[in-house]
Amino acid sequence: MKIIIVGCGKVGRTITEQLSKENHDVTVIDKDNTVIHDVTNNYDVMGVVGDGVSYSVLKEAGVDDADLLIAVTTSDELNLLCCLFAKKAGNCSTIARVRNPVYSKEAEFIKEELGLSMIINPEYAAATEISRIMRFPSAIEIDTFAKGQVELMKFIIADGSMLHDMSIVQLSKKLKSEILVCTIERNGEVIIPNGSVILQKGDILSIIASPTQARDFFKEIGVETHQVKNTIIVGGGTIAYYLAKQLIKMGISVKIIEQDRSRCELLSELLPEAIIINGDATNQDILYEEGITHTESFVSLTGIDEGNIFLSLFAQQASEANAKIITKINRISFDEIINNFHLGSLIYPKFITAEYILQYVRAMQNSVGSNVETLYRIIEGKVEALEFHVDLVSDITDIPLEQLPLKKNILIACINRNGQTIMPNGSSTIQVGDRVIVITTENGLRNIENIIK
Amino acid sequence: MNFAAIVFILGWVLILEAVFMIFPCIVAVIYHEPSGFSFLIVAAICAIAGVLITRKRPKNQVYYAREGFVTVALSWIIMSIFGALPFVINGDIPSFTDALFETISGFTTTGASALKEVEVLSFCSLFWRSFTHWIGGMGVFVFLLAILPLTGGYNMHLMRAESPGPSVGKLVPKVKETAKILYGIYIFMTIAEIIMLLFAKMPLFDAITTSFGTAGTGGFGIKNDSMMSYSIPIQAIVTIFMILFGVNFNFYYYLLGKHKKNAFKMEEVRWYFIIISVCILIITLNVYKIYGNVFAAFHHSAFQVASIITTTGFATADFNVWPQVSKTILVVIMFIGACAGSTGGGIKVSRILILAKSVKQEINSFIHPRSVKVIKFDKKGLDADTVKSVSAFLVTYVLIFGASMFLLAFDNLDLVTNFTSVAATFNNIGPGLEIVGPVGNYSIFSPFAKYVLMFDMLAGRLELYPLLLLFTPSVWKKN
Repeated sequence: MKIIIVGCGKVGRTITEQLSKENHDVTVIDKDNTVIHDVTNNYDVMGVVGDGVSYSVLKEAGVDDADLLIAVTTSDELNLLCCLFAKKAGNCSTIARVRNPVYSKEAEFIKEELGLSMIINPEYAAATEISRIMRFPSAIEIDTFAKGQVELMKFIIADGSMLHDMSIVQLSKKLKSEILVCTIERNGEVIIPNGSVILQKGDILSIIASPTQARDFFKEIGVETHQVKNTIIVGGGTIAYYLAKQLIKMGISVKIIEQDRSRCELLSELLPEAIIINGDATNQDILYEEGITHTESFVSLTGIDEGNIFLSLFAQQASEANAKIITKINRISFDEIINNFHLGSLIYPKFITAEYILQYVRAMQNSVGSNVETLYRIIEGKVEALEFHVDLVSDITDIPLEQLPLKKNILIACINRNGQTIMPNGSSTIQVGDRVIVITTENGLRNIENIIK
Repeated sequence: MNFAAIVFILGWVLILEAVFMIFPCIVAVIYHEPSGFSFLIVAAICAIAGVLITRKRPKNQVYYAREGFVTVALSWIIMSIFGALPFVINGDIPSFTDALFETISGFTTTGASALKEVEVLSFCSLFWRSFTHWIGGMGVFVFLLAILPLTGGYNMHLMRAESPGPSVGKLVPKVKETAKILYGIYIFMTIAEIIMLLFAKMPLFDAITTSFGTAGTGGFGIKNDSMMSYSIPIQAIVTIFMILFGVNFNFYYYLLGKHKKNAFKMEEVRWYFIIISVCILIITLNVYKIYGNVFAAFHHSAFQVASIITTTGFATADFNVWPQVSKTILVVIMFIGACAGSTGGGIKVSRILILAKSVKQEINSFIHPRSVKVIKFDKKGLDADTVKSVSAFLVTYVLIFGASMFLLAFDNLDLVTNFTSVAATFNNIGPGLEIVGPVGNYSIFSPFAKYVLMFDMLAGRLELYPLLLLFTPSVWKKN
């Protein structure tokens, strides 16, 4: 597909990388020629230096026969205008990043009126993800499939857990709850396990199950499953606003610490139920004063990644209630090192945005047969979880799974039929109308038929 | 340095060379020449080595600009060495130095020959000489990139290291597609020339080899007197195609695509044609007396100007005996060279334009010390880095040129021969003046001088830096 990406910041770059890897014809537009230089040096894409709103620049980038334009510059208005022009000039699908809360309320209206295919709001998406974790703090990450009927959860096997030294076969025998272990991360390596793999403490497991089964499972292995009662959020930006709104709705009491006085006032106006503290969170006294020792969760959402990491490390140390720590990381790309800190849950808004866009692009690529409904990159760049909706009879339908010549490293994790979640075994079949969740280390699956050789 | 990845790509280059060597084998079969076996042997060696090397993909996929430059430089050297072997094995060129000189001259599209007699060579060797021009013209890696499933950072770095010009742009987002388009245009134009030459009653073998020589802007003739003995129409066709192959290939891409207007906005192409026209005009007036009629004077001056500025190096007249004005113009345009993004060599019209503009800016800054003016090219502002790298290129160019002249001086030949032989090899042209003139050759030089000239040819074709990088110690350190 011919794709134009306008704006090459953090998100733009992440999408550029992924889409060029997936073999699309990508053209990147940015005003800054050093950025363009850098991107074209590193990825197989074409770069155009110029203003994405300018018709002649869009034309130079080939908007006439582009299939999709993605506008992810820093300015909402620019993104919208850009999409509008592209739509008129090239009649292509358009995706705009819009993050101003004012517009986001009117997202549907804007989408309809301007003919956009999709509006993404990374801050909102990040907030949603955080609030999902708050609901179930024992998990590091929770992704949902089939409209919430299936959950993919990631958690660490803690010290002294009964799962330590247990093989996966034993696990399924001993426990009553029906879950499936999708991946194991151990020392930076990812395994899609078979039954004989033995779990160890410190492993990060991803399991797939229906929400009730998942809760049963965690109860059985002795992990807390109730949602948090209160939270401290450091940094009062847009994510904090969206997050606080969602948490308040869930009945969690919210405390926001923000440095800027006028921002505090605005927040208190918008979020009357929340406690807004005006102060510098790097001052430990303020954190103690606001009860960091007893809070059940702590979210660092300041604009500085390094600050967030230190705040989280401090919160972990200071907490007496074994608080759930969530850290937002915007820019830093030292994943391995950050993971060594065991900071709990990490939120990368740029990756969340990229996931949404990739999902759209893959679904756009094949409009018949089976569509990609949801896509998550569970382990950054290594493992993807995809949900397909099977619309038509094909080579893979109505054949027992054990007879399908599956590719290597593909796991059919779950089949959702008429709202019922089935954990598939060798004799299960995929039928028309099913939602199938596939875990794979192969990037770029677009069609359910791609799973066989 | 990621040596594993470099060796892996070198393996592919060897396989490609083996495939290319099948063509002279076919020629040998047609002409019943036993000397064709030498090509078969070398092709087999290349193929086996290549297949063994490329069996396993390197694990370490880290690939940066320096790996790209080193890969390209090494590939060209290795290709030339293997390309020279058949000549030695079948005895057409018994000396390895001469064979290597001939092959490098072929791949770099120089067309300078160390042979006194070319008509005694077997047909398959003649074919291979010309075919190396065609391969080297558009570049080995452009070809490899068009067919190889190399992903990741490899492609752009390789393309940049091999393609001529101050800045390498892509026509379409993917390197692979760009490479396919370029080779498509290249193949189409080559076939067009072959057909035209056949219409002009040139024998098939001559038509094919001449077209290869023109397409790559190489200049190996299969006759001792280059193109002099062919008919006027044949020479005219070759003139036109030489000029066409010296044009930036983006021009043709624009012309074929939707943006036809862009083609005519290209500043470089415009100036290229202006320079050619002016030079032809002056030389025609200057040599009018020698030929006695306007048509002949125009014909020969057009051919020579086209041949030199595109760095092809064919000749229809011995311009060594022309008046000084004409000779001087030819020497000057040796340095200008063809357009960037063409198959030609030299400094390139676009670099000359950028340099001229920065000189103008410099002069302006004396008049208005506080003036701010961005240098524009094709109506777009050039960033300071490009301007800087063009200046650095020129300095490097002059330094290598000077060093080569000094090293050549040990052969104790006259200064004009010395100067033009460096100019003609460094700019990938072929013939120079005096001893190395259009009717002369490079056989007089000592082996040492020949190696210096080989270096110049490679440096000129690869635009200096890849080859210089090979001699930079820090490149070879582990980290």
